[in-house]
Amino acid sequence: MDGSLTTPPTTTLDPPVLEVEDLRTVFLTDAGVVRAVDGVSFRVGAGETLGIVGESGSGKSVTALSLLRLLDEQARIVGGTIRFKGQDVLAMRPAELRAWRGDQAAMVFQDPMTGLNPVLRILRQVTEHIVSHGRMPPAEARQRGVGLLRRMGVAAPERAAASYPHQFSGGMRQRVMLAIGVANDPALLIADEPTTALDVTIQAQILDLLRGLNEEFGTAIVLVSHDLGVIASVCRRVVVMYAGEAVEEAATAEVLADPRHPYAWALVNAVPRLDAPIGARLTSIEGMPPDPLHLPQGCRFEPRCPFKIARCATEHPPMLEVAPGRRARCWVTADGRSLPRPAVPATPAAPAARDAAPPLLEARDLVKHFVLPRRSLFAPAEKVHAVNGVDIALGRGESLGVVGESGCGKSTLARLLTRLHEPTAGSVLFEGRDITHASPAALRPLRPRLQMVFQDPYASLNPRMTVGEILVEPILAHGRAASRQAARERVGELLTTVGLKPGFASRYPHEFSGGQRQRVSIARALALDPAAVVADEPVSALDVNVQAQVLNLMQDLQQRLGLSYLFIAHDLAVVRAFCDRVAVMYLGRIVEEGPAAEIFAAPLHPYTVALTSAIPEPGRQRVVLGGEPPSTLRLPEGCAFRARCPVARAACAEPPPLREVAPGRRAACHFPGDFAPHPTPVRSASLADHQRR
Amino acid sequence: MARYIGKRLLLAALMAVLASCVIFLIANLVPGDPVLAQLGDVAASDPAIVARWRAKWGLDLPLWERYGIFLTGLLHGDLGISIATHRPVLDDIRQYAPATIELATIAFLLSLVIGIPLGIAAAVRRDGWIDSAARALSLLGVSAPTFWLAFMMLAIFYGGLGWAPGPGRIDPIAFPPEGPTGLFLIDSIWSGDWEGFQDSLAHLVLPSIVLAAATIGLITRTTRAAMLDSLQQDYVRVSRAKGLHEWAIILRHALPNALVPVVTLGGLAYANLLAGAVMTETVFAWPGLGRYTFTSAAALDFPAIVGITLVVSITFLLVNLAVDLSYALLDPRVRR
Repeated sequence: MDGSLTTPPTTTLDPPVLEVEDLRTVFLTDAGVVRAVDGVSFRVGAGETLGIVGESGSGKSVTALSLLRLLDEQARIVGGTIRFKGQDVLAMRPAELRAWRGDQAAMVFQDPMTGLNPVLRILRQVTEHIVSHGRMPPAEARQRGVGLLRRMGVAAPERAAASYPHQFSGGMRQRVMLAIGVANDPALLIADEPTTALDVTIQAQILDLLRGLNEEFGTAIVLVSHDLGVIASVCRRVVVMYAGEAVEEAATAEVLADPRHPYAWALVNAVPRLDAPIGARLTSIEGMPPDPLHLPQGCRFEPRCPFKIARCATEHPPMLEVAPGRRARCWVTADGRSLPRPAVPATPAAPAARDAAPPLLEARDLVKHFVLPRRSLFAPAEKVHAVNGVDIALGRGESLGVVGESGCGKSTLARLLTRLHEPTAGSVLFEGRDITHASPAALRPLRPRLQMVFQDPYASLNPRMTVGEILVEPILAHGRAASRQAARERVGELLTTVGLKPGFASRYPHEFSGGQRQRVSIARALALDPAAVVADEPVSALDVNVQAQVLNLMQDLQQRLGLSYLFIAHDLAVVRAFCDRVAVMYLGRIVEEGPAAEIFAAPLHPYTVALTSAIPEPGRQRVVLGGEPPSTLRLPEGCAFRARCPVARAACAEPPPLREVAPGRRAACHFPGDFAPHPTPVRSASLADHQRR
Repeated sequence: MARYIGKRLLLAALMAVLASCVIFLIANLVPGDPVLAQLGDVAASDPAIVARWRAKWGLDLPLWERYGIFLTGLLHGDLGISIATHRPVLDDIRQYAPATIELATIAFLLSLVIGIPLGIAAAVRRDGWIDSAARALSLLGVSAPTFWLAFMMLAIFYGGLGWAPGPGRIDPIAFPPEGPTGLFLIDSIWSGDWEGFQDSLAHLVLPSIVLAAATIGLITRTTRAAMLDSLQQDYVRVSRAKGLHEWAIILRHALPNALVPVVTLGGLAYANLLAGAVMTETVFAWPGLGRYTFTSAAALDFPAIVGITLVVSITFLLVNLAVDLSYALLDPRVRR
């Protein structure tokens, strides 16, 4: 049977904690039956960790929900078996299912902001199922609840227990969600994208907790994520999903080093890595996942596969054992061969030497405070200190990355530089002209040369306009075309430039995928031949492969059109792959700035050290930074990072200036380079080892 | 929490003062002269009589002075003398208000007791028979004209089947229960008049159902919509993953979140029931504020109109205060 396999007989006496065979889940839609999960099999033993990775729509979250039978009404499990310690989960009656869920098997969901009930106290939410499952009487459960919160690293657990969810940050809420998940010491914990909504340093803290649960209590963990790095830092084994199917299952390190399914291969190579050569192109594959209503007859990846052979189009491959303990759904690697490594990218053109030419876009001591509405007539007006004195300069033909966690002021900086916001203090210069307080009329002639690309390709395109209308609008508004006909021709050119067909002009945004929409956004920014493009998280809403496509496109355009980019992102690896220079922001200030290669090789500011080491990537020594960034309502005295800094000293009560500490490198720290953590042994096998073989 | 309550109370007091001002001004600035309505054509043609009559009611004083007198009276609990009945307006209101308050409150409780559970059931069994039945009932309640519904109820349950008593608050030959409140249900309990209690309750059944019909429909639909929204939230899925019983999920997790819009609507509905019972009171010969309002308005009895309007707006304010306080009870995010 398709997708099933005979698992090697286990030598242990106990059945595995979770055993899934040939799971099939469908969605009943008006258009027909969508096979969301179509033949997924795996097993997880006590103390084991399994990752499920795939892009959006691959069926990984539906798989996770199916395991606890938490699917919505229109979804049905139509085939396969799920066994928990030998018990058939699909045969459980509602009462049995209730008794099992939350007691022996628990789940942690993606969005901690909506997963907690806003009207109930935290403690109640952590303990109600301890009581309802008859584990403890209420008083005892409350004690355990506080203990669980402490164990999960919730600050001041007694006070937190009596609080309501809205009083907590996202990271703290996810700790509460974990406390809820493990309240009854479940044998199985399913975590569906538990860190996707969190910042990288907070993500590192949560992943540490998950690892701790697995190691201390032997909790079997199934971790679902789109991020291979997250999976690799927690899970020993991984299932790669594509179009509803498991396409590869193996040890995580093996998949990373030597993927045997072409989709896994594409996934691994599309991720920008911190150890790749600077400026290397990312490997991306073209096309999109198949329409789940009309799946191809042969291999589902065949239309996009760079390695396909004749058999792939006609015969659907089953999961085959391609090496001891490794299975893949591929005819090409069925005989045990490896897939070739991606062609070594040509050494990128050396970044244009920065000459003494004046910068294209410059900020001097830029400040932006947002005044909040008064809470009452007599309360003092509170201010959000979004940007607190930023000096930054973007040279011609350069790409400058601005990174930082949410709330660090990077998006506000982008809006100040493009004068969508007016600065509170400081100045903005574009092409040598002061535009700090320029009127809209004065800005108008400059606008074409300074364009912006926004994060959300769904919200930034008007759904009621065709792509052609969206692109024609700026061209006509700025009189860049002699006639409508000429404007339409220009639209065709633009679409070709960003890798879309000119015929797409008559379509509406909803007819495009996320990546295609972001191409349209880029085309709109390019429509007026800009000198500088400020891109605010342009790829963070995209799947890794699409992200690679868009980044490659932006890089090509830079070389062809001589663009300058100011690139705002929270993903350090993306910034490293894309930018010549990087500025790291913390609490509205730049704490470190310099050439990308050098910053990532030898960070100087302790925050940069923590940030770069928090990236979940196998084989990295990690520093998990405690705490969370302070509130922007009241800035701390002295160095803003002091409270979280591992090397803070008395001198840090003085705010450190951003000064040049090495040629071309600036840092705002009294003790730059002092924080170099001792290497810690890394549990997961290093990728470098595999590549050396 | 205390701060929140204090803030709401202060705001309510401020609004009450503002309302008194606006009500007084509107009543005194609208065109329409009570002289003609009260004195009749012959007397109104004699300037001396008109002048004396105006002086008697203080209508010859400048507006600001009249407002001053009105406010001073108000502070002493004096709403003035009714031009039509020649009794203190407060006494009139005291006589008629309890009947309306009793009717509106029972109708309101009925709307909640029927509307909320029906809305919950309709949401939980979405597209099932109970959802369809609730939808039909809501539509009927909202769209049936009050007078028609009132006559139909009377014709069927009083005239036809004889299950319910006829119009009025109690049996015409019985004595009203003695008590301090004027609310017959409470007064009869207070005086230990068991028969009076049964009689009053029986008389309340038909008019309160008629009055509540539209409100039941609105509350059912609002509860259903809010519950459907609430049941789709992530925390409900988390509760399922905890293995909680379905009813615990519905009542403890989904319902408190769904109640906020219902409370908003409920507050408005209660105030509307109080102020809008005219039709029902007329058909059921209910000696309430609605009928008093109607006669006062017809007679251009300004002191009475101002008094009633003031009472109604203060009721609105109190109900709004109650709504605001329930928000704080229901949703901790509001308590600031």
